[in-house]
Parts: sequence; C-alpha cells; structure tokens
Amino acid sequence: MRFMMIVKATHDTEAGVMPEAGLMAAMATYHEELARAGVLLDASGLQPSAKGWRIQYRGGRRQVLDGPFAETKELIAGYTLIQVRSRDEAMEWARRFPAPMGEQADALLEVRQLYELSDFEPDPAVGRWRALEAVRREGRRRDEP
Amino acid sequence: MSREATHRAIEAVWRIESAKVIAHAARLVRDVGLAEELAQDTLLTALERWPVDGLPDNPGAWLMTAVKHRALDRLRQDALHARKHEELGAELDALQSHVVPDFVDALAEASEDDIGDDLLRLIFTACHPLLSTDARVALTLRLIGGLTTDEIARAFLTPEKTIAQRIVRAKRTLGEARVPFEVPRASELPARLASVLEVLYLVFNEGYSATAGDDWMRPTLCAEALRMGRVLAGLMPDESEVLGLVALMEIQASRTQARTDAEGRPVLLMEQDRSRWDPLLIRRGLAALAGVERLGGARGPYALQAALAACHARARRADETDWAQIVALYDALAVVAPSPVVEINRAVAVGMAFGPAAGLTIVDAIAAEPTLASYHWLPSVRGDLLAKLGRVDEARAEFERAASLTRNARERELLMARAAAVGALP
Repeated sequence: MRFMMIVKATHDTEAGVMPEAGLMAAMATYHEELARAGVLLDASGLQPSAKGWRIQYRGGRRQVLDGPFAETKELIAGYTLIQVRSRDEAMEWARRFPAPMGEQADALLEVRQLYELSDFEPDPAVGRWRALEAVRREGRRRDEP
Repeated sequence: MSREATHRAIEAVWRIESAKVIAHAARLVRDVGLAEELAQDTLLTALERWPVDGLPDNPGAWLMTAVKHRALDRLRQDALHARKHEELGAELDALQSHVVPDFVDALAEASEDDIGDDLLRLIFTACHPLLSTDARVALTLRLIGGLTTDEIARAFLTPEKTIAQRIVRAKRTLGEARVPFEVPRASELPARLASVLEVLYLVFNEGYSATAGDDWMRPTLCAEALRMGRVLAGLMPDESEVLGLVALMEIQASRTQARTDAEGRPVLLMEQDRSRWDPLLIRRGLAALAGVERLGGARGPYALQAALAACHARARRADETDWAQIVALYDALAVVAPSPVVEINRAVAVGMAFGPAAGLTIVDAIAAEPTLASYHWLPSVRGDLLAKLGRVDEARAEFERAASLTRNARERELLMARAAAVGALP
C-alpha cells in the first residue's frame, strides 16, 4: 500500500526560503534511509504557489487564477511517496520524518493513503476464479509474446 | 499510546528493522539460525519493555544495541562453556583467536556501510545454492522480508508446518555445512548473484500469478520482491543485472491493474487497457533500465527481459508496438539465455514483425523439442500463425490440441472458442 507524506507550506516555503544546511542534510539522510529500506517511490519539493496557478471551475465556466494563494497552511510544500506493507509501517516512517521546518519551528506533516489496487482485495464476486487459477499456476507463463 | 497501539507500532518497527537486526547478530555469531533466535529474543525484550518505557526515539538503534549485547553474551557463554570442558586454560589462546575477530567487529560501532554489508551477507547466505529453491525462497522471505511463517505459508498456499520445517532444515543445512557469513568473492559472484536474483524473481512471479480470489498475502509477494530488489540495487549499485531485474519487476508490476477484467479474468498483454498501467512504476522501470545501460549491462538476461517489457510500456497502443525491436531483443536473449520458451516468444514477435510465415518457420524448428511436448503454448502459437496464413484446418487442429493440453479451464474455453472461430471463417 502506498502513502503520501505531505509537508504543508509555511510562510517561509511560500517565500521561497531554502532550508538551512542542517535540515537539508537531515532530509537527505531520512530519504536515503527510505531508499535503503526499499520503500521510497518518489519525493519532491514544490516551488512557492506564487509560481503556480489554479483553474477554477464554476457554473460550467473555467477561469485561470494566478498564484500566490493566501491560505498558506492548506498549500503543499513537498511530498514523499512510500510503498509499505501496513498502515502501521507508514505511521512508523512518518514518526521518523525530520521536523520539516527545523526542530523548533512549527510545521505540519499530513499522511494520506493512496487508493489501492482493488484486485488486491478478496472479492466474493470473483472468488470463483480462484479454483481455476490454482490449476493455472502449474503451467504458468509470462504474459508477453 | 494504548497497549494495542504500542504493539502495532513495535510490529511495524520490527518489519522495518528485523533483517538488519538478524544480519548484525549473524556477523557476530556467524550462524544465521542462531542469529534469528537472538533477534527474536530481542523482539521479545522490546515487547516487554517498550509498552512500559515507551517507544525509544531511535528504535532501530535500540534493537541493534540490544541484539549485539545478546550476541556477545552468547559468545561469552559459549567460550566459558568450552573452557570448562577443556582440561586447562591452555586452549584459551586458540579459542580467543577464533572469537576475538568477532568481538572486534562488535566493538566498532556499526556504521551504515557495515549494516549494508551485513545485510548483503545475509541475502547471499539465505539464497545459498546449497539450498533447494523452495528453501531459499522461504528463508529469504523470513530473514530479509521479515514475513512470518504463517504469512509465507498463506502466500504459497502451503501448510504452515511445511514452511516451518523447510526453514528449520535450511538453517540446519547452512550450519552443518559451515557456510561462511560473507559476500562471495569475485570469482563466485556471478553464479551466487544469479541465485539471489532467481529467488527474487520467483517470489515476484508467485505474487504475479495470484488472482482476485486468492489470499491477499499472495499479491503482496510482488511488492515484497520489488522491495527486496530495490534494497539489493542500493547495496550493489554496480551490478547491472540487479537493476535489470528491478526494471523488469517495476514494469511488470505497472500492469497489475490491467491484467484482470472486471470479473477477475486474466487479460492478455496485447488486449490490456493501457490507461490502467501505472505510469509511476513504468517511469521507475525505465529509469532503472537507463541505469543498466549506463553500466553497460544491456545484454544481461534480466536487462533484455526488462528491455522487452519496456518496449511494450513505451507503446501507447498495442498496434504501436515496435515488433522489430522486440525481435532484436529476443534474438539477443536467445543467445545469452536460450530456451524453447524464448524461441516460442521469438516466433510470435517475428510473426508480428515479418509476417506469419517467418514466425511459423521458427516454431516448426522447435516443434519436436521434447520439453515442449505437453506445453499448450506451442500449438496455440502455431495455430495462431497458421490461421493468419489461411491454413484453417491445420489451425483448428492446433487450437484443439492446445485446448487438450492446458489444465486451466478458462484458457481451454478461450482455445476452443478460437478453434471454432477459425473454422467459421469464410
């Protein structure tokens, strides 16, 4: 299962202030640890919303709204996407996330689960294929020509 | 944190750390069976202490230190025990010369490099060619994957007792043969690495063949094989075949959602809805493949299979597939890893690229291959090529033969339908 750890924006991230060296190092170490554990899928920091835009859909019309956007704490400053075996494992990795704005600074990390492959869950409607597939396993072949 | 929440947190920590903890202990005691016991004891200590003391700030370091102490205690006890049984302390020097290097190892604080090195040793030991393939798979999932015996049993549709015995026997075999806890020397490395990669790909394929009705543990084998592959790629960044296997698994995993239809029936590659392929995994697979090429390993068997998967991944529609490129890759694969199955696949590709007659020539050349006598894929492919050539009676006979050979009801149904359809052509 996949989880996205989302670092919420702050006035500093919105102002384009780069993190200090110590914090950068802590982030690098943490992400190396994720990679070494084989759970890191993707990670990136986002540029301030001043460089972005929104498209607003209203009453059947769409309108482009240029950044920056005011509601800072609802914005995203970066994300880390991991693939783990359980919610608890995601929780443990989130617990190890370095304080995103430095140890003493206020910040918020939000963790959200991605929608999963529905076929990974037992479904009574398709259970009948189980018996057929048990046979198939013996004569397995790759599905590409 | 409630007691239950703490237990779940400990379990998660264990999932993340167990392989490193076992590997660290194994470096000290030089026995993976004993190392796993010591690691389990350490887990029990954590389960006793953490709910009372709270989770340590750095649970990984806590576990590493705790297992180190247990391992050193064990070595001291063994040394003491051995000494009591010796006539005098005369053998002490000899004994220490055996034990001391391990103590020296232990005294140095384990750096990340050391931990990686230990983990690599553990992977190579679990995948030792001395063990049967089944044993290697079970031991790898247990020691590296951190899966419980019950989880492995469910994933392989095998009784738990069988898996437990398999693991016990494997550990005993390694102990009795005094398999050294080390990364193989350069001269042995290619063969030993091949054994590791075989285990990972086998685990992946076991998960890949799972279907919707199966226990949910089965498909998680794909994710676990991929995870272990990524770990190995991090530990051996210069081995192009490791990256090749990772690329292959990433790209194959990208198709998971498209491989079954709404009723859970398998959908063949050329008929899959490509919009359901996972672009993130494709991107990761292509990046790994680019790494293979940078390392100059594009001709390795896994690299070639990954390149084949990449050809399909790059084609936005099935009819945009670059069949000439696929033929070239199968030609190369037939040289480095020749097999009748590769030949059949090559025939399909040649048929697509250069017409059914050319494909049929290849199939006919291997038709007498005894290992293929009961393999339904051969008559099925032959039937397809014959049908395209308008040789309908022969095609129908081949589809019927293929249908009689497959043990899969769904496949038989499809083949019989094809037999009927080819006969009905004007």
